[in-house]
Amino acid sequence: MSDSKNIDEHTGTATTSHEWDEIEELDTPMPKWWIGIFYICIAWAVGYAILMPAIPLLNGYSKGVFGFSDRARVAVAVEKMHAERLVNSEKLVGASIGTIQNDSDLLRFATEQGKALFGDNCETCHGRRGQGVPGYPNLNDDIWIWGGSFDDIKQTINYGIRAEHDETRFGSMAAFGRYELLEPGQIDDLVQHVLRISGQQSDAAAAARGANLFAENCTSCHGDTGKGTRENGAPNLTDTDWLYGGTAAIIRETIFNGREGLMPNWDTRLSASQIAAISVYVHSDLGGGE
Amino acid sequence: MAKLHDYMETRSFALMVGILLTVMVGGIVQIAPLFYIDSTIEEVDGVRPYSPLELAGQDIYVREGCYLCHSQMIRPLRDEIERYGHYSLAAESMYDRPFQWGSKRTGPDLARLGGKYTDDWHVFHMTNPRAVVPDSIMPPYGFLNDKKLNVELIGAHIAAKKAIGEPYTDEMVAMAAADVRTQVNPESDDIDAFLARYPKAQVRNFDAQEQISEMDALIAYMQIIGTMVDFDAYEADINDNDR
Amino acid sequence: MAINTSITRKAITRKAIIRKANGAILPIGIICVFGFIWAVLVASRGVDPVIKPHAYMYIFAFALAIFALVYGVMQNKFVYNPYEYDDNVIKAGVYATMFWGIAGMAVGAVIAFQLAFPQIMDALGLSWLNFGRLRPLHTSGVIFGFGGNALIATSFYTVQRTCRTRLAGGMWPWFVFWGWQLVLVIAGTGYLMGITHGQEYAEPEWYVDIWITIVWVAYLAIFMMTLVKRKEKHIYVSNWFYLSFIVTIAMLHIINNLALPVDWLGSKSYSLASGVQNAMTQWWYGHNAVGFFLTTGFLGMMYYFIPKRAERPVYSYRLSIVHFWTVIFIYIWAGPHHLHYTALPQWTQTLGMVFSVMLWMPSWGGMINGLMTLSGAWDKLRTDPVLRMLAVSVAFYGMATFEGPLMSIRYVNALSHYTDWTIGHVHAGALGWNGMVTFGAVYCLVPWLWKKKEMYSLRMVEWHFWLCTIGIIFYITAMWVSGIMQGLMWRAYTDFGFLEYSFIETVKAMHPYYIIRAVGGTLFLLGMFVMTWNVWKTVKGHGDAYALTDDTPPARKPDVNAIPELALGE
Ligand code: HEC
Ligand code: HEC
Ligand code: HEC
Ligand code: HEM
Ligand code: HEM
Ligand SMILES: [Ca+2]
Ligand SMILES: [Ca+2]
Ligand SMILES: [Cu+2]
Repeated sequence: MSDSKNIDEHTGTATTSHEWDEIEELDTPMPKWWIGIFYICIAWAVGYAILMPAIPLLNGYSKGVFGFSDRARVAVAVEKMHAERLVNSEKLVGASIGTIQNDSDLLRFATEQGKALFGDNCETCHGRRGQGVPGYPNLNDDIWIWGGSFDDIKQTINYGIRAEHDETRFGSMAAFGRYELLEPGQIDDLVQHVLRISGQQSDAAAAARGANLFAENCTSCHGDTGKGTRENGAPNLTDTDWLYGGTAAIIRETIFNGREGLMPNWDTRLSASQIAAISVYVHSDLGGGE
Repeated sequence: MAKLHDYMETRSFALMVGILLTVMVGGIVQIAPLFYIDSTIEEVDGVRPYSPLELAGQDIYVREGCYLCHSQMIRPLRDEIERYGHYSLAAESMYDRPFQWGSKRTGPDLARLGGKYTDDWHVFHMTNPRAVVPDSIMPPYGFLNDKKLNVELIGAHIAAKKAIGEPYTDEMVAMAAADVRTQVNPESDDIDAFLARYPKAQVRNFDAQEQISEMDALIAYMQIIGTMVDFDAYEADINDNDR
Repeated sequence: MAINTSITRKAITRKAIIRKANGAILPIGIICVFGFIWAVLVASRGVDPVIKPHAYMYIFAFALAIFALVYGVMQNKFVYNPYEYDDNVIKAGVYATMFWGIAGMAVGAVIAFQLAFPQIMDALGLSWLNFGRLRPLHTSGVIFGFGGNALIATSFYTVQRTCRTRLAGGMWPWFVFWGWQLVLVIAGTGYLMGITHGQEYAEPEWYVDIWITIVWVAYLAIFMMTLVKRKEKHIYVSNWFYLSFIVTIAMLHIINNLALPVDWLGSKSYSLASGVQNAMTQWWYGHNAVGFFLTTGFLGMMYYFIPKRAERPVYSYRLSIVHFWTVIFIYIWAGPHHLHYTALPQWTQTLGMVFSVMLWMPSWGGMINGLMTLSGAWDKLRTDPVLRMLAVSVAFYGMATFEGPLMSIRYVNALSHYTDWTIGHVHAGALGWNGMVTFGAVYCLVPWLWKKKEMYSLRMVEWHFWLCTIGIIFYITAMWVSGIMQGLMWRAYTDFGFLEYSFIETVKAMHPYYIIRAVGGTLFLLGMFVMTWNVWKTVKGHGDAYALTDDTPPARKPDVNAIPELALGE
């Protein structure tokens, strides 16, 4: 290939005169820019390691000239964040919805914060933008099991429903079938009755028998007309809105096995002002109505 | 330097030894000190080895590869603290084998998951994530409901962790299977003794089924994640913890 | 098995050769018997239900091996000619590379589609097809199956030619080959059944780890002993890199997998280190699996196949030396960049960051040497798609090793960590660098090994090149966009200082990019099929691959007399 054994013809560079399997090596010097950048990186690395915590010692480590710490820094950032929010947060705690709605700044503060918190903490159960999934109520409509006033909502979020908190809301749909309070045939009749009062197709004879059973067993919670009672958390059975579902099969399942949906209490995870903010968001931006 | 290289380039064993010495340095400097520097793991109250059921749950978590989508490491960055809660401490993973910090968040961080949701929700969500969260891309794990947990084998797992040095007692090893049954049975008579062994453990029938399923174990684990440390008693700003 | 009966030199007596080959048979036999006994114990007495299928696989594999050994000895099959290179095991390695490449990447495509269309998983509802079980199958399949087989095969090829001597160890190379396939099968089926150690790229459980160690030490011994008996004074740069890869992986593997089995007849084990120490050890391993498996090993490949195909000398010997030693020294320190802002003490993170930045130029040393070796052969890039593949792979290597140090800077990593940006970075390296350089090497190797003039069709290589390139561009641009977007969305604040997006909104925003990625990955996988067809037709001698005489491959025969003072090795 090359006329002189040690010079590569194309580049004019000397080879090392080593050769393996017809592969040779040029003795090109290392590119200057390459060495230059390498040295710059090394110098920077040494400098950075002097400024920052870097070197392990016998017990401990060099803290660096800056004595920098992620944890200390983020503590400052979080502190600052709380300070920035302090005025509004304090206003929010204990404020009535009227006061909040009259203070447009505070309202925005609350709804924006509420939306953020709702997205990561509530949507997972209550569905996209609070539209609900079976078993987890829709918070987007004007229908409330436990009450849709600002204070009701706040109370629900604070203490949960059937949660592990002394002040939690409680009400229970008994398992009439499983506990053998009712015969299977009676339950079938009740299903027809519920179908009828909710305006669906039903067997008239069975529904009539069911009406009596309903008066005996259900009205204490669901009310004389089946429109539900707030204090028991018993839903309205005469509308088209269902917590668990309004088909015959699901209604039957509800009556047979009972229901005890559980909503966690948030007072241990979120602050009072955060809970107030979510309540404003749920009340004003989502359902509300009360 | 060139001479040294030339020496090694013509002697294969010298080359091998040279390589080995070169690649040993970094590991020695970075790994060994973590075992002896005191501040590596913060002083905290509350972190305890997992109860047998929780451990079984963690093993299922590993088996199913949850760590490939979920981290358990809240970084000390403002947005993460806002979204997930207090940043994670090294102490919180001291009984995790392997550690569960993750390297990808396809799903949200789970470091403060314990107590956030109800058992029911977990069953529902694990069985069919998209029925609960329409935009979820998490796989379904309904089969865990039907798989019976192998209760009798858990004692050996506790014994192995004890042998490695976790502060389990002989009693805990002996009681492992019984403790599993206690933890899923709120009516059990042994709850007090169980809670003395594993404070803050939650005793419930997690999956609401008769049998002790793998779902029970997984939920018991999920409900304890991130709840052990008492952050009110934790001194975040003392020098050693401020690293 | 290794049978090469065409003995050309009468001077070597048949008996002497047989004795040499038998040297390996006894130890291999003993290893297999021990494995067999353990597996029988597991199958009969183990209490762990999931390990049983593995016990039967081991029993089957070891029984087959023992049978083959006995049969081979009785039939006098284990003879070989020391004056010829040991190429059959390399041919097998090429097939295995193709097989695991297709398998691993097909699984990659499946999980990519699972993330884009999660309903697939609902429809399947099978535990063993879930993302969490398939993902390790993908990563192990491509890294250890595709990459590992490619590395073993090309290292065996390169070390023989550049040392002008036959592989050392007689039967041992075949032990390494089959042993490695067993590793892959056991590990892979294990992931599907849920047997995993749970540390990325180290997922195999303890009883596979031990087997890996045995196979790997055998690999190291073969490689070393081949170097020892070389017939060249100097050790070629490829071999430095291959050796550093083999030695370092041995060290990393053993230390990272230290664990106590719950039961010596069961599958589960617990790592000796826990929590923060476990995390550091794991990423010391994990980062250097990248550094030594996916980098120095493949640099060894590059240093042989680029100069060989371009027929040009290596650009700079001095650069080789400096970048070799700096790469291996610095790489080891960079692991903590996988743990930025975690509960790992900050001093360790600082070290990980500064060493990663210092790693930039040493890495680029390899790129410079690879690309500049083409000077004087640039025109060939237009006409030779194989050389172009090799060149583009080096460019991707350069890109990934620029991106890596950038992502190692803590402030950048705060954004990139946990997002798809990492996945994009991985696949720039994995598809662009590891994939393309392997394809280039295989397109060189196949005609050389099977003694054909060229590949069956260079036009198909051209097609493969474009499928890869477009596939990679789809993949990595989609991941950059989705990764950076996700990172920014996680930390986006409203004017009031509240988080703007919920987590699930960020998941939803990824959807289009997951589709683009899945399409890109599928194109890349299609390229693999094109390649397989081409290789098959070449082996069959169709098209341009008509047979040539003994002059190919363009390499010399082993020569005992090349350097008289080295006639008997070192
Ligand atoms: C683990 C699941 C879960 C989470 C998380 C959750 N909820 Fe609920 N929530 C429920 C269930 C279940 C009910 C219905 C209880 C019942 O059956 O009456 C409910 C009921 C409610 C109600 C009462 C609805 C009515 O019609 O009266 C409100 C208001 C509410 N949730 C708001 C929230 C908010 C705000 C959040 C977030 C801070 C939240 N929930 C988080 C499960 C959850
Ligand atoms: C002790 C009070 C109580 C009694 C008695 C009672 N219920 Fe209920 N019922 C409830 C509560 C509380 C709920 C809501 C459960 C929940 O939120 O998880 C409910 C829910 C329901 C639902 C589901 C509504 C939906 O939206 O999905 C149906 C249907 C129902 N009850 C029917 C009946 C019938 C029929 C009877 C009589 C056999 C009856 N209930 C007796 C308290 C009661
Ligand atoms: C393919 C990726 C993937 C895998 C694998 C996966 N998840 Fe998820 N996970 C997600 C995504 C995405 C979300 C967010 C959407 C949702 O809530 O379903 C999520 C949400 C969750 C949540 C709710 C967290 C919260 O704070 O809202 C829990 C709990 C959870 N996953 C547990 C698990 C467990 C346990 C496993 C393994 C058995 C697992 N995941 C496997 C992707 C995954
Ligand atoms: C100078 C060289 C390189 C540096 C400094 C580097 C740096 C990094 C960084 C910072 C990460 C992200 C860690 C995280 O945030 O979780 C990463 C991940 C990764 N890189 Fe590189 N990289 C380099 C080269 C390469 C190359 C050439 C490959 C080849 C394939 C590669 C493969 C990977 C893989 C597989 C991961 C993912 C690890 C995981 O999280 O599972 N890297 N790298
Ligand atoms: C057909 C081509 C491929 C496709 C479609 C593909 C797809 C994927 C997908 C979907 C993931 C999971 C990402 C996530 O969790 O979000 C992944 C991860 C990974 N892939 Fe691939 N892949 C392909 C080829 C390869 C190749 C050739 C290699 C290596 C040589 C590779 C190495 C990896 C690694 C190391 C990871 C883990 C990354 C991490 O943990 O950070 N892939 N791949
Ligand atoms: Ca990863
Ligand atoms: Ca392992
Ligand atoms: Cu790395």
